[in-house]
Amino acid sequence: MNNFEFKQATDTRDAIDLINHLPEAAFVAGGTNIIDLWKYNLTNPSSLVDINHLHENAEISILENGNIRLGAAVKNADTAYHPLIAQKYPLLSKAILAGASAQIRNMASNGGNLLQRTRCYYFYDPDVPCNKRKPGSGCPAKDGYNRMHAILGTSEACIAVFPSDMCIALAALEATVNVSGPNGDRNIPFSQFHRLPGDRPDLDNTLDDGEIITSIDLPEEGFADHYSYLKLRDRHSYAFALVSVATALKLNGNMIESARIALGGVAHKPWRSVEAEEFLKDKEANAENFSAAADIILRDAKGFGYNDFKIELSKKAIIRNGLMALNPASQLPGAQPSA
Amino acid sequence: MTKTTLTVNQQRYELNLLPWVSLLDALREHLKLTGTKKGCDHGQCGACTIICDGKRIISCLTLAVMKNDSEITTIEGIAGGESLHPIQQAFIDHDAFQCGYCTPGQICSAVGMLQEGHAHTREEVQELMSGNLCRCGANIGIIDAIMQVKDGGNHE
Repeated sequence: MNNFEFKQATDTRDAIDLINHLPEAAFVAGGTNIIDLWKYNLTNPSSLVDINHLHENAEISILENGNIRLGAAVKNADTAYHPLIAQKYPLLSKAILAGASAQIRNMASNGGNLLQRTRCYYFYDPDVPCNKRKPGSGCPAKDGYNRMHAILGTSEACIAVFPSDMCIALAALEATVNVSGPNGDRNIPFSQFHRLPGDRPDLDNTLDDGEIITSIDLPEEGFADHYSYLKLRDRHSYAFALVSVATALKLNGNMIESARIALGGVAHKPWRSVEAEEFLKDKEANAENFSAAADIILRDAKGFGYNDFKIELSKKAIIRNGLMALNPASQLPGAQPSA
Repeated sequence: MTKTTLTVNQQRYELNLLPWVSLLDALREHLKLTGTKKGCDHGQCGACTIICDGKRIISCLTLAVMKNDSEITTIEGIAGGESLHPIQQAFIDHDAFQCGYCTPGQICSAVGMLQEGHAHTREEVQELMSGNLCRCGANIGIIDAIMQVKDGGNHE
C-alpha cells in the first residue's frame, strides 16, 4: 500500500482538470473496488480525486425525449429502489439488487459499477503472472484453477470475466454511457463500452485516459412486462455470478416480438448475440425456442477444464430465465431460480 | 493531514487524518471506539458495518476523509442510554451470536436495514442481511431476532 494525496473535485470540469494534471491520479466514488485494489497493492495512485460531490451527476432524471438519465454519482441502491427504475426498468432493479451486499450497494456509484475490475484470483495475486495486471507476463488461469473464468470471447492472453450484475441489465436494455474528457463529451453505446481481452487485456473498456463517466442513459423501452434476471453462484447471496442471465421480452400473446438476452459471468464483457435475438423474433416463447437460441449464443463457447460446466449451465440458465421472464412476479430475492 | 469533522453517536470530533486512514481505523484507533470490528478489511465480511448519514456502509472500504461532516452511528450509539435497542434485546432473546465478533456489524446492519425499509418478508430480510457473515452459524437466530422486531413481530 502506498501513500497518496486526497483531492475533492467540485464539479465535472474540476474533476477532469485534476485527473489530467495530477500524475498517477485515480477517481474515487464509492471506493468499494479501488480501495480494495489499493489495499492489495494492485493499484498505486499518487492521488485520489473524490468525485462524490459532483452534484450535476447525482440525480436520476427524465430527458425531453423520454429517456431516463442515471447520474454516475448516484448510488447503486438509490438507483435500484428509485420508483422510476423499479417500475419502468425492473430488470435493472433486479440485477442491481442481485449484486454485492446491501452495504456495498449503498456505497457503490453507477459510474464505478461499470469500471470495476475482474475478480480473477490470478489478477488479485501479485505474486503470479497476469497479462491484465502486468501485460506480457502470462496467464496462469488458462491452465490453472479456472472455475470462475470465461467461456466466450476469450483470448490467448486472458480468460478473465467482468463481474458486474448491473451492467448485464444495462447491456440488455441498450443503455448509452455519457463521458466527458479534456477533448469534450461523447456517448458510447453500451455494447461498445466494455471490450474483449484480445492482446490488450489490461484495457477493460474504451474509456480514454482522463475521461470521466458523467451519466448513463436508458432508452424508453424498459421491457417492464416480461423480464427476468437469474444469477447462479456458489452461495445464495453475496457472491459473484458463475453465470447470470438478463432476459427482456416484448410479447404479442405468446409470440415474441423482440427479445434481448445478455449473459454475465461468462466473458470479459456483458455477452449478447444479435443472431440469437433475431432468431427468437416471431417465435413462440417456449423452452424449445429458448433452447435453440441458447445453442446459437453458446455455439463458440469453449471451456478451460474447471469451467467446462459453465457451457451447459449457461444453456439451462438461458432457457430457465426465458420461462421466468414470462412471469416476472415469480422472481425471488437475490435473483435465484424460480418458475 | 486533512482536517476531518465526524459526528459519531451524536458527539462531534475534529480529527487531523492522513488521507489513507479508513473510516474503520479512524473509529477504532483515533476515537478508540473499538466496538466496530475489523474482520477481513476487504469488504467481504460486514463486521465493520456502521450507519453513515442514515445508510449502512462498510467502514473498511471507506476513507475517513471522504466522510467529512457526516453523521455516523456505531454499535456504541445504538442503545438509548442504559436501555438496549430492541434489536439488541432480540439478539439476546434468540441466541443470535456465539463468539460475538460479527455481532456489532450484524446489529448495525439490522438497524440500518429496518430504517431503509425495503425488507418485507423473511426471505427479503435474509437477502438484505447477506452482507454480514457469521462463521459461528448463528444466522437463523439473527434472522429470528430481526423478524421479532420488524413490525413488532406481527408480520408472519
